[in-house]
Amino acid sequence: MFKKNDPDLKVILATDCGSTTTKAILIEKIGDEYRQTYRGEAPTTVEAPFEDVTKGVLNSINEIEDLSGRTFLDGETIIHPYNPDSNTGCDIYISTSSAGGGLQMMVAGVVKEMTAESAERAALGAGAIVMDVLAVNDKRLPHERIERIRVLRPDMILLAGGTDGGDVSKVVEMGEQITAADPKPRLGISYQLPIIFAGNVKARDEIIKTMGDTFSLTICSNIRPTLEHENPWEARGKIQDLFEEHVMAQAPGYNKLIEWCSAPIMPTPAAVGLIIRTIAQMEGINVIGVDIGGATTDVFSYFMVEGEGLFNRSVSANLGMSYSVSNVMAEAGMDNVMRWASFDIEEEDLRNRIKNKMIRPTTIPHLLSELIIEQGLAREALRLAFQQHKELATGLKGVQQQRDIADAFNQESSGATLIKMMQLDLLVGSGGVLSHAPRRSQAMMMMIDAFQPEGTTRMAVDSIFMMPHLGVLTEVHDKAATEVFSKDCIIYTGTCFAPSGAMRPGEKAISYVLELETGEILEGEMNFGEIKLIPYGLNDEGLPLRGTATINPARSLDMGEGRGRQTKTEIYGGVVGIVIDCRGRPIKFAKEQQARVKQVESWTQAFDAYPPLKGGV
Amino acid sequence: MAHAYTPGLRVTRQAEITKERILPLKGEVLVKVGDAVTADTIVAKTELPGNVRIVNVMGMLGCEASEVPEMMVKQPGDKVAKDEIFAEAEPLLPFLKFMSPKVKSPIDGTVEKASEITGQVILREPPQPVVVKAYIDGEIIDVIPDEGVVVKTTATFIQGIFGVGGETNGVIAIAVDGPGEELKPEHIKPEHKGKIVVGGSYVNIETINKGIDVGVAGIISAGMGDQDLRELLGYDLGVAITGHEDLGLSIVTTEGFGRIEMAHRTFALLKEREGLQASISGATQIRAGVIRPEIIIPLTGDLLAAEDEIRVAAKDGVKSGNPVRIIREPNFGKLGKVKRLIPELMTMESETKVRVMEVTLQDGTDFIVPRANVEIIED
Repeated sequence: MFKKNDPDLKVILATDCGSTTTKAILIEKIGDEYRQTYRGEAPTTVEAPFEDVTKGVLNSINEIEDLSGRTFLDGETIIHPYNPDSNTGCDIYISTSSAGGGLQMMVAGVVKEMTAESAERAALGAGAIVMDVLAVNDKRLPHERIERIRVLRPDMILLAGGTDGGDVSKVVEMGEQITAADPKPRLGISYQLPIIFAGNVKARDEIIKTMGDTFSLTICSNIRPTLEHENPWEARGKIQDLFEEHVMAQAPGYNKLIEWCSAPIMPTPAAVGLIIRTIAQMEGINVIGVDIGGATTDVFSYFMVEGEGLFNRSVSANLGMSYSVSNVMAEAGMDNVMRWASFDIEEEDLRNRIKNKMIRPTTIPHLLSELIIEQGLAREALRLAFQQHKELATGLKGVQQQRDIADAFNQESSGATLIKMMQLDLLVGSGGVLSHAPRRSQAMMMMIDAFQPEGTTRMAVDSIFMMPHLGVLTEVHDKAATEVFSKDCIIYTGTCFAPSGAMRPGEKAISYVLELETGEILEGEMNFGEIKLIPYGLNDEGLPLRGTATINPARSLDMGEGRGRQTKTEIYGGVVGIVIDCRGRPIKFAKEQQARVKQVESWTQAFDAYPPLKGGV
Repeated sequence: MAHAYTPGLRVTRQAEITKERILPLKGEVLVKVGDAVTADTIVAKTELPGNVRIVNVMGMLGCEASEVPEMMVKQPGDKVAKDEIFAEAEPLLPFLKFMSPKVKSPIDGTVEKASEITGQVILREPPQPVVVKAYIDGEIIDVIPDEGVVVKTTATFIQGIFGVGGETNGVIAIAVDGPGEELKPEHIKPEHKGKIVVGGSYVNIETINKGIDVGVAGIISAGMGDQDLRELLGYDLGVAITGHEDLGLSIVTTEGFGRIEMAHRTFALLKEREGLQASISGATQIRAGVIRPEIIIPLTGDLLAAEDEIRVAAKDGVKSGNPVRIIREPNFGKLGKVKRLIPELMTMESETKVRVMEVTLQDGTDFIVPRANVEIIED
């Protein structure tokens, strides 16, 4: 058995059982450092005829065996420990999982914008999908709320409400309504629905009296003990414990998987969140990370606010690239999806193709036109998910703010979003559509189009989708996780310079001087509406080439120092390069169809994003 | 690499099918092990608690929350009729009782709780009966006390790829000449009322509506269009979770969206079973705990094959010679046989590097396709 951070650890097998595919990676100690060497992938096998999540795990490891020419399996058993003589087996096996449909929760509080919102953030932070947020002021009548609870059948309910020592009756009223609804768990009828109470401490006795007999009630500390303070930690921990016990265990074969693993299986979003937070803290920067999966899209952010690092996660439960792809189309609309493509397609044909992807989620685009459509859908899924994230990652609402004379003109209210694009340092993308885009420039372009970063932003992608694996690895071996992360996982694509604001297309937007580490000095001007890619890569050690940029925006544009003010900033090269994006924020499309097609073509050509479209649509 | 793992749907001539029939909450099981049941036999029943009404008695009587229990004319557990007074304020003087404020019940039901914390009274409507039917003709082989039963049958079993509408049953009626023919409104006849109508490559909204008008129990088709689905449902289906729709009939598609010839084996099997009673369900759930729509045609007597023909689809993965269907453009819907599995990664037109196989299509042409873009069809 290996201890945490054991220096003798040589071979690590890790899998992520996603809702669509199971991804296995092999990590080996080569000389003194840990490197990721092989990767295998197979459909997740919750579907008949397999109905056993471990089959997908074995299939993905099987692929690693094929590619490496080594043996890791003895029948349906993973060989432990690594045998250096025969070069077989591994020292440890670890896994993350989002199979099982995730944790579906309802949350309730007293005031929608305060305790209910705090409860929502706590549930999301724990990796849950929030099906509905109930509050006394949610503009629904009590019987409507009760009906809703009964219909949705959540896996768990988090009830918050009241600051400590404050009013008791309103949170008890919410407890009474949940009890009256008497919801039954989604999975299995023989166990009591778990309810976590994280509200006013003074209401505990009444809540126990009201709900204790009907539910499996867990009491924890108040999520919002005062208006000015949010305390989600204990509630998050309780949610994750109950997630392990009640939900993941429902995925077929999961109990076997637990036995195989050398460390507890971590929910995929929790593992990715851990990695994003680690990057931000290590480098002392503001980071946004996104993981776009088959069923859901998770957005993570870490922003320094008044000296404190605030981490937020949002999950858009029905925005994804396979199971949920049809919902992306429904939410975004066909026009928004197809505005990114330079060709037309009949609506009926497009709708049928998207539905076929939904019902057969593991298929991959063979034709270039199908890839372009999928990447258009990805942009819209990312855009919508980010919009939801911004609405959730806010300061606490209802907090009285002290303003001095300097703030007199700052009309920002409490509860404004914490996401300031101009202050974002690094944008990291993960998930199949980004990590496996045939050209890295496609991934960078999708992220710029969807997130529309402003000012100076470094961009990166997860090389082959291994952030979840490394997230769980940090719990077992810090050195291995950190080394593989910096050497094999994160691929810096480059830097995006993008002034915010708008002006007429064709007018001079910026002039720039780029002083590169190579000694080169590049000077130029760009007009509004243009986008340019300047290849600028990595040095001999594989690290981004550096440099300095001086950018003079036009009077109506801002590069970070204010409208029209010169901005000096750092350049980081990457596998794609430096992007200067003068399309303005938000990006505006030409209204006329032909002009739009020309516009999109010029953008994709600037990025060298696609080969010429030869075949049919 | 000798084989690859590829998803496939079951199309089985004869299989032993068991179905758990479970109540949404505990109740009474009405049958016992060994009982023969038909699809419509009620095997278990229970009562769902009635809907709830919350009445703000504190506000209506102008009293404190803690005083509400004292104001109750009816106590928790008591029945109450619509417009019946269930709470009344104490008058200052007894002879002024007729003037004291009173609260009438908005529903027929029972008083559930009078809260001294919130001052609200919870009234509950009478319980709603819920029954679970056997769904398939067969035999009860297990009883789960208070929860439900397991029914077993030997049947032809066909899994669809997508469906809408819940469980239903009826006699199989073939309405088209072949697996490539579209099911059109004129194919639906009055005699199809209560039956499961089998079409070929496609069914559109006009035909579905004709089926609903005639009272058809279900439609089986290879494909349908998403625009028609939207019109049928009245909304754009975002996530593939279906089965709860109340459409007047259930639909099972066997191949997907668009015009696609039904797999010959599927069509031939349905044709062979024409005139037999079938149970179908359109319920589809593609995320966690996958549910695919299904067609179950119980077999009895002479129809039971002498030998056990039960097969399990694709458990060993796809191998050279296996019949497959292409499930993504180009050549979407076409059938062929695996010629060889190519171990090296190959670059497709989209520049995606993937593991591939070579498939000989029915017209004799060879086609290299990503392994992920084929589906095994049971031999």
